[in-house]
Amino acid sequence: MNFDFSEDQKLLQSEAQKFLQQQCSNDLVRSVMEDGERFYAADLWQKMIELEWPGLAIPEQYGGHGLGYLELCVLAQALGGSLAPVPFSSTVYLLGEALKMAGSKQQQQEHLSDIAAGKLIGCVAVTERLGGSIHNLPDSRVINGKLSGQKAIVTDAMCADLALVSARNANNAYSLYLLPLDQPTVTRTPVNTLDPSRPAARLQFDGAEVEPLGAGGKGQQILEEVYDRAAVLFAFEQVGGCQAALQMGMAYSRERFAFGRPVASFQAIKHKFADMYVAQEIALANAYYAAWALASDAPELPLAAATARVSAIDAYFLCSKENLQAHGGMGYTWEFDCHLHYRRAQHLSVHLGGAPTWKNQVATELLATKTAKEA
Amino acid sequence: MDFNDTPEQAKFRAEVRAWLADNARLPQAGRLVRDMHLRFDEAKQWYQKKAAAGYACLDWPKKYGGAGLTPVHKVIWSEEVEKYTEPDDYFVIGIGNCGPAVMHFMPEQRRAELLPRMASAQDVWCQLFSEPGAGSDLAGLRTSARQSASGDWLINGQKIWTSGAQNSDYGVVLCRTDTSVSKYKGLTMFVIDMRQASVTVKPIKQMDRGQHFNEVFFNDAHIPDENRLGEINGGWEAALVVLMNERMAITASVPDGFAEFLKFVRRAELAGTPLREHPLVRDKLAQWYCLHAGVKASYYRLITAVAQGGVPGAEGAIGKLIAGRMNQEIADFSLQLMGEFADLHEPAAATDDGYFQDAILYTPGIRLAGGTDEIMRNIIAEQVLRLPQEPRVDKGMAFEDIPGG
Ligand SMILES: Cc1cc2nc3c(=O)[nH]c(=O)nc-3n(C[C@H](O)[C@H](O)[C@H](O)COP(=O)(O)OP(=O)(O)OC[C@H]3O[C@@H](n4cnc5c(N)ncnc54)[C@H](O)[C@@H]3O)c2cc1C
Repeated sequence: MNFDFSEDQKLLQSEAQKFLQQQCSNDLVRSVMEDGERFYAADLWQKMIELEWPGLAIPEQYGGHGLGYLELCVLAQALGGSLAPVPFSSTVYLLGEALKMAGSKQQQQEHLSDIAAGKLIGCVAVTERLGGSIHNLPDSRVINGKLSGQKAIVTDAMCADLALVSARNANNAYSLYLLPLDQPTVTRTPVNTLDPSRPAARLQFDGAEVEPLGAGGKGQQILEEVYDRAAVLFAFEQVGGCQAALQMGMAYSRERFAFGRPVASFQAIKHKFADMYVAQEIALANAYYAAWALASDAPELPLAAATARVSAIDAYFLCSKENLQAHGGMGYTWEFDCHLHYRRAQHLSVHLGGAPTWKNQVATELLATKTAKEA
Repeated sequence: MDFNDTPEQAKFRAEVRAWLADNARLPQAGRLVRDMHLRFDEAKQWYQKKAAAGYACLDWPKKYGGAGLTPVHKVIWSEEVEKYTEPDDYFVIGIGNCGPAVMHFMPEQRRAELLPRMASAQDVWCQLFSEPGAGSDLAGLRTSARQSASGDWLINGQKIWTSGAQNSDYGVVLCRTDTSVSKYKGLTMFVIDMRQASVTVKPIKQMDRGQHFNEVFFNDAHIPDENRLGEINGGWEAALVVLMNERMAITASVPDGFAEFLKFVRRAELAGTPLREHPLVRDKLAQWYCLHAGVKASYYRLITAVAQGGVPGAEGAIGKLIAGRMNQEIADFSLQLMGEFADLHEPAAATDDGYFQDAILYTPGIRLAGGTDEIMRNIIAEQVLRLPQEPRVDKGMAFEDIPGG
């Protein structure tokens, strides 16, 4: 048993952190948040492409680095900590993973190569309505290779080239498709979101050209597997966010004085930070276990991923809201950055389906398997 | 990152599994005794058995009665022994808390005399820290140690809440040796022989009816100077070694009630709906599993760090803080699910031998012993996060000038 990242992986992480500290200030995050015409930080994205991050875990035959998930995990933690307003998760964890898992040779050749080369931004279009999730049969429909229907909120759709779309096929079977977004039969309308640093769009399809990804009728199964993998990477982003929010709160309360002493010396505040730290460490430890399950393709992945996801959702909400609380009135202003984490925590927690969905998965997996100990 | 056993570890696991199958007892319905005090003889036999087979104190050097293996082997052992009903962590106070201090502070010859007997539970040890006037504020203790002309020490005063003192051969005791300096600077730590007549042990009845902890009185009790642990007036640093090891030991062994809850959920129902299908129950199950798995995984991270040469820090507080509260909440929720039947505290009639009835009564102790929840949070805030201390009224004062409650 060795429950740690390797020296190389840790080096990658600290390099990534350093790079993002220099290149991804909170001002940059705000520039996307406050400008309705900017859909991502294009310059930062370009620099990430120069560092060849999008192709980190893409096989070498497609121009990637062929590294594993563990490298993606450490990168994700750095990205989460910096609040980077870039379409990395949509392109790499979601579209990229779906292509790796279910794409034909030709689809992989074409699109994975483009992702690795930084020529393709992706997104995933699944949610149609309140209560909709990857677990319900979508109403969007494909007949004779033409997609019609709509998706209510698609993160990164405004800047993406290619969408992974869920729809029913002519036999009403849940299926997946690849949709080039730049066609007249696709209407993209920007929508306001809780976290405007991660912009999204509503999509309308009126007979858009699509090609199937994976076998017809296998859509839900593929998406569930993609989401399990993405959940691990999202958990690392969330933990990165927790760490940043905790640091922010502690830094402020060390400087802020009340009743003649630093606010950080009041026990109510210290215990708040202790609780945030505990939640963050638990989420990180569960993310480590999930990273191992992901990297080694272990059968525990659905349980481990859901566990990491639930802990990360809870921890980031706690850390982001209590960081804000520790800032007093300042925390409630637009000027201060507390709400950046508060908003991002909400975005990351609902993006792959909220906590109840994942808790349900934890319970189902636990009750389905008998561990050796109980057998 | 690799979570699987190495070939060597897998071989060890297989050996352990085979040995346990032949030597350890499986739980039997209606027979479980959870009262610590009543399990003493059983525990002594179990420790002697595993020492004879070479499985005592797996990560201690062989010359001290250990197996010369690593903390990872200890984890493997715990995972395997969990299926059985043996009191495998019974002497954790001696082996987990006192042992490392003996190893750290005593000369080689004393270590070789004391540790192998501790490892096999031939000698039982207790930890004499808390006093009526000093628990959380441990450095406020008053039991005095005075050095006589011969160099030996005379101990007078009182300890309280000493777990297992009635069965102990030795204790690690923290005493005041100078009242004219600040409270942290005038302490000294010793090993005391508990079998002498000038040490009196009086059991205290716990709220769960058990009688595992005690008051201990010293009336000119004697300690030879060779039993001193660390420097004269260097007792606080020595005590920190014990407390740090205590948190590690607790993190590895404190029960969180999750396995029992999962078993209960698989079996029982609420108003005709199986618990396993009940959304309220599933919500809790998932929430607690995340904590349970997280504590375990953090412990593995800690062990990996130690194996790489790191020193375990205050992170051990996380496990204790989570597991104690969680066990109490699990007990409460499970009893609520049982309805009025839960009030029946009769092992033979109650679900799972009355595990949850017992747990609701013993879990308050877990949140106090080894430092309260509040103190754990202080430790995390001050030692891990390095936040400023609370202003202290007694700061800089000589011990003798500090007002008492
Ligand atoms: C089952 C059990 C077994 C034990 N075994 C042993 C043993 O073997 N050896 C031994 O030496 N001791 C033992 N103890 C004692 C234990 O360590 C103490 O009970 C514990 O440290 C608390 O001290 P106290 O009881 O004096 O409570 P107090 O210190 O009086 O605390 C009362 C309350 O005040 C809170 N409080 C105190 N200071 C602070 C602060 N700075 N900030 C916030 N809150 C604070 C506490 O959290 C608690 O809620 C045992 C206790 C129990 C319950």
